[in-house]
Amino acid sequence: MSGPAASKRPRSNGATGWLLSAPALILLAIAATGPLFIVILYSFLEKGDYSGVRWILSGDAWFRVFFEKDIFDGTVSLADANLAIIWRSVKLSLATTIITFGLGLPTAWFIATRPATQRAFWLFLITIPFWTNLLIRTFAIMEVIRNQGLLNTFLLHYGVISEPIQILYTDTAVLIGMAYVYLPLMVLPLFAAIDRFDFKLIEAGYDLYATRIKVLRRVILPIIRPGIVAGCILVFIPSLGAYVTPRVLGGGKNMMIGNFIELQFGQGQNWPLGAALSTMLLIIVLGSLVVYMRVSAREEPHG
Amino acid sequence: MARPRAFDVTTLPGFTFIAIVSFLLLYAPIVTLVIYSFNAGDSVNLWGGFSLKWYHVAAGNEAVQGAAIRSFIIATWASVIATTVATMAALGTTRRGKYRGQSLIYIIINQPLMVPEIVTAVALLIFFSSVKIATGYTGLGYLILAHSAFCVPFAYLPIKARLEGMDINMETAAADLYATPWKAFRHVTLPLLAPGIIAGAMLAFIISLDDVIITEFVKSAGQDTLPTYMLGQLRRALTPEVNAISTVLLALSIVILALFSVVTRKRG
Amino acid sequence: MSIKVAVAARNVGKIYGAGAAAVNALGDVSIDIQQGEFFTLLGPSGCGKTTLLRCIAGFETPTSGTILLSGRDITHTPPSARPVNTVFQSYALFPHLTVADNVGFGLKMQGKSRSEVASTVARVLDLVKLEAFADRLPAQMSGGQQQRVALARALAPAPEVLLLDEPLSALDLKLRKEMQSELKRLQTETGITFVFVTHDQEEALTMSNRIAVMSAGELLQVGTPRDIYDRPVNRFVADFIGETNFLVGEVDGTAVRIASGERLDVPLNGQTGRVTLAIRPEQIKIGTVPGGLAATVTDATYLGTDTHYALALSDGSALVARVQSRTGDDFAVGDTVGVTVDASAVQVLKE
Repeated sequence: MSGPAASKRPRSNGATGWLLSAPALILLAIAATGPLFIVILYSFLEKGDYSGVRWILSGDAWFRVFFEKDIFDGTVSLADANLAIIWRSVKLSLATTIITFGLGLPTAWFIATRPATQRAFWLFLITIPFWTNLLIRTFAIMEVIRNQGLLNTFLLHYGVISEPIQILYTDTAVLIGMAYVYLPLMVLPLFAAIDRFDFKLIEAGYDLYATRIKVLRRVILPIIRPGIVAGCILVFIPSLGAYVTPRVLGGGKNMMIGNFIELQFGQGQNWPLGAALSTMLLIIVLGSLVVYMRVSAREEPHG
Repeated sequence: MARPRAFDVTTLPGFTFIAIVSFLLLYAPIVTLVIYSFNAGDSVNLWGGFSLKWYHVAAGNEAVQGAAIRSFIIATWASVIATTVATMAALGTTRRGKYRGQSLIYIIINQPLMVPEIVTAVALLIFFSSVKIATGYTGLGYLILAHSAFCVPFAYLPIKARLEGMDINMETAAADLYATPWKAFRHVTLPLLAPGIIAGAMLAFIISLDDVIITEFVKSAGQDTLPTYMLGQLRRALTPEVNAISTVLLALSIVILALFSVVTRKRG
Repeated sequence: MSIKVAVAARNVGKIYGAGAAAVNALGDVSIDIQQGEFFTLLGPSGCGKTTLLRCIAGFETPTSGTILLSGRDITHTPPSARPVNTVFQSYALFPHLTVADNVGFGLKMQGKSRSEVASTVARVLDLVKLEAFADRLPAQMSGGQQQRVALARALAPAPEVLLLDEPLSALDLKLRKEMQSELKRLQTETGITFVFVTHDQEEALTMSNRIAVMSAGELLQVGTPRDIYDRPVNRFVADFIGETNFLVGEVDGTAVRIASGERLDVPLNGQTGRVTLAIRPEQIKIGTVPGGLAATVTDATYLGTDTHYALALSDGSALVARVQSRTGDDFAVGDTVGVTVDASAVQVLKE
């Protein structure tokens, strides 16, 4: 009677879970996660004659990220050009994060304090740029800041300036572009945090004689901190790895790490160096994520 | 004589002003881009009157046609593949007790959201270039595979959210009413999950359609998609043709997003 | 006429988890549920009644023992192959299907023809008085209506046994009373065996042919509502079903000497030593002294048709009496009264 029962026993939760997830995991292993390990491996190989690698273990690529050896006398010095690019990337990414926070906090606050019926509309206005093509948005800002662009035409027309300002192909252009492109990434997590915020706390703050600025600093900012951290990381990480925006607006000279990596796989023909730079970027990103998870793990239980 | 204003606790000094400025800054460039796509002149800055000329130019350009077709083929395949595997993964990770390795599955599925695209692009370049040499195959398969992979988390999230909102007793009730596990899935789980699956597929489609970096690194010669075609055009003298292509892509994204919010808001 | 058993549980046990974290949800339960009866599993939450129901439905597999349906072993039969349907506590209606499609779901899954499904659905909707709502979605209906849809859905495939898992708990009092008689009517009309789970003893008493009282995974007593109410087997059952006074005493020959010193003549079944007397409040009569046990009225609550008196015997032990309100002979707090109890109405429980 109970013969077929034994064979029909339901599989354990874990086995079914893994089985159902397997196709996604295999796909990602082949075309996303797996190749990352190849990059790490390549960073420890020797550079090939034209491109590619020679299968000899070597720390040369990592050495060359930070130092350079003079080809004539063999003296070792800091790799100024490389470090300048890395420093510019960090600097521009931090500046982007600060600018987007300055604009994003009031914007997120504004959306969260709209009446319920209007909120979806304002939120939709933020989501449209969020989901639209990064290239198109970069291209749009380029048309605004170029020499014959909207901004210069406008300023010339009203006599504010007598000659067009050269913004395009400068660090400023890259910064403006990144701030423009990544602003929605700052607004959305800030909005999510403010949306959960209990506005009675502000009343309580005012009731206890706090000024508006004190309420902002002592009540609002500490409570929405997880949202701030999330927004800053969501902007900082893609800024650091930015490729399209500096390529289009920086014009080849004002490179960031992303463009520098590409260079190694193109004209530079130094795959191990490119792989080492990529791995470095990966490490920075993972580090930021660990920081983020620590912060949110510490604060979420109260929310 | 200032009229005393009601004290509104939600107002902070200057916030509304900055917010309005932010919205203007966000939209002014996009609106300008769209306006100049209708320019009769050859410049992206000088207005020469209204015309649909550049839409005709773009539509008649064989390179654009090819790129558009390629973009759609890749986005369609990528969203179908990504949504299928993401649906299975969502079923495998949601509404069942905790099991070993569950968080590892989450991390792998969401990995494309965390790693900078340039790093993945380089990784795929290295990997696929040796596969191309080894197999001799240089078709669109690599792009489809790469796009499917980075679309997985975008398809996964709305499906998972939908599943989590579903009554845990639905399949039990179906089984009680003589439905075999497959019939219960087919007649109960799947229809209830449909809005999430459609939403996931739409997001995956947009994400694939918009991708620049990974496509740029993975594509073989003559495999431009619309975004990589546009990126290539930026090196040359710009004409409103690029504006016209951008506007079409923009309109497409907005339409899909509007549909997306309709689908996700209508709760079963 | 021989009584047929619809559902039988034989030494059914269920343990969740393993090792130190194991929870014993069902001990060793054996029960016979007869065909065509309204059978209730009654007990406080966590007593195992829902686990037993889920074992009968097939949602849980017992750790030990067997479940028989009309004599067939169905212990390991999947729920989809059991001619048993469930009305869920949360109703679990399919939100994407209309009322008619919900009700016809089981028939459709059984592969019945379209016309047969349609006619059965129409008949069952008529039975629960929802003919007019066939095309509605569950979300467009009230809680009481959803409850009827859930019932109709479970009844439509004409199961051998209908399982109801606290189906009335989400309804307000008035609606609950209405549904109680409605359920009773449906059970009589269809003749289907109903197995009803509830923690509400009043609901169990008014609706059931027989009740099984459960506690901590064990079956304590099975019997008709009258059996359970009048002849509880132990203090737990007596306490759980209705209001009861407990008096502790010592067997003294053919009578029981209670703490206050008086001897009460009660029917003894060979008990000796310390016993507990269970007396229902309505079995207690009070009159003017002398006569019966002397007691003091400590509180009187007028409840319309009845009046509740809280009494204290000479040793301080408390009693509650429920007396029909009649003008003229009510007592006030502080009055000394004589308490009499019909000996045959007293249950002697082993301590």
